[in-house]
Amino acid sequence: MELLLAASAANVLVWIVWIVAALALLASGIAVVLFANPFFSALALIGNLASLAVLYLLLSGEFVAGAQVIVYAGAIVIMFVFVLAYLGGRADVPWAGGPTLQNVTSIVAAAAIALEVIVVIALKAGDDLSDTAPVSGAFGSPAQIGELFLSDHLLAFEVTSIVLLVAAIGGVILGSAMPASDDESES
Amino acid sequence: MVGPGIAAYLILSVALFATGAFGVLIRRSPLIILLALELMLNAGNLALIAFARQLGDADGQIFALTVMVVAAAEAVLGLGLIVAVSRKRVELDVDKLTTLRG
Repeated sequence: MELLLAASAANVLVWIVWIVAALALLASGIAVVLFANPFFSALALIGNLASLAVLYLLLSGEFVAGAQVIVYAGAIVIMFVFVLAYLGGRADVPWAGGPTLQNVTSIVAAAAIALEVIVVIALKAGDDLSDTAPVSGAFGSPAQIGELFLSDHLLAFEVTSIVLLVAAIGGVILGSAMPASDDESES
Repeated sequence: MVGPGIAAYLILSVALFATGAFGVLIRRSPLIILLALELMLNAGNLALIAFARQLGDADGQIFALTVMVVAAAEAVLGLGLIVAVSRKRVELDVDKLTTLRG
């Protein structure tokens, strides 16, 4: 009986954490899209990534949650903020000029995607989605992820390094000054 | 598994994906379009990790980490393109950047 009570208390706690993280996720996602100032959008993306990391922890993905915070919030958002500071991000109001055809169609398209997938999930929720496989405490730990990367997914691991190298070279080429013949406005 | 089932995570994931898709469609600043693209990639990651937990198979987490690397590469190249475009003293508005249109 006491064990059952403890289990249900843990369940309530997980539900509370999940609901808070889900609300933060959706609110910060909408904030990213609707803030007029791109700087605030980038800051809202940090909140979005942090609440996603909480959800990954609930799904026993400890290593992915850590990598999420380090790679996304630590590196990618910083890069965005750097470029915003360099370009002096100007405000761009999403609803300027009233509801145009493009705006209305965007809402309809986004709602259609959401509705479509939610209907499919609701149809499948009864059978396949309801049973969850039991996992050990080591599931999603850095040790397990590292072992998988270096055994079953070695090719993906190596290709990843090439992708990053190519992206770094491309970034340097795009970011470096263009030759004078290409660009008259550059002194 | 304590807490909500996989279906709840999947619904959250599709809500985030739709938000990102809406942002890509509606915004005109290429910087915010890149941010909304990150939202969509993260929604895909959430679904991958939810399914990894449901099946008890960590391969989904490997996929999610690979998606993260691709997102980093995409952000580098997208921001590089935006900086290169802004060097040409062109207004940063995807509705006006029509020079490359075939």
